[in-house]
Amino acid sequence: MLEITAAPIELDTLVRAVRTDACGAVVAFAGVVRETSPDDPRPVRRIGYEAYPALALRQLGEIADATRAAFGPLEIAIVHRVGELTLGETSIAIAVAAPHRARAFDGCEYAIDEIKARLAVWKQEVFADGEREWRANAVSRDEAAPST
Amino acid sequence: MRVRVLAFARLREVLGFGERDVEVAPESTLDALWAQLVPAAQSASALRASTRFARNGAIVDGSAALLDGDEVALMPPVGGG
Repeated sequence: MLEITAAPIELDTLVRAVRTDACGAVVAFAGVVRETSPDDPRPVRRIGYEAYPALALRQLGEIADATRAAFGPLEIAIVHRVGELTLGETSIAIAVAAPHRARAFDGCEYAIDEIKARLAVWKQEVFADGEREWRANAVSRDEAAPST
Repeated sequence: MRVRVLAFARLREVLGFGERDVEVAPESTLDALWAQLVPAAQSASALRASTRFARNGAIVDGSAALLDGDEVALMPPVGGG
């Protein structure tokens, strides 16, 4: 399950998608819209996300492959939401299932780091005063990072 | 020849369009397309330095040549997650 969607994300859907009888660990991550911006003192009320789906879906496949290449066999699901989200809504969800917990934790962290660095998605913070600002992530690059 | 240009996020606002067909000279590169679309200005080089290109859904650099009918994406630094 690798998706860009305008529909609300249910984390449990991803958990169900990755769970297998061979996996003793499932790690699930949700990134949610928060009130504070690292770049601005004004309270955030909403975040608008937009994607270039033709590229982002290809990148999600690459990130899933790179996660497996780095940590070994695992099941992974990633869903990124687009549209305008309010506080507390899930913008990104990842679930990783693996035989043991270390691989699941490591794989999940690696996948979200890759997504933050290169997925073709953009966000715009909307403040309480109605103003909007585009925000870039701290790390930006085109290719997969090594796992170490 | 003609290419389809997509502009995302802040670049859409800077360029004034999100999607447009653009006539370019045969054998144009992405850098040439950029120069055609973005007027030379004080801020243009900083804008170019932070921009990534994709051609037909794959990341390429500015030296990549264009073909008639290509879909080109102009992308500012990403903000997903």
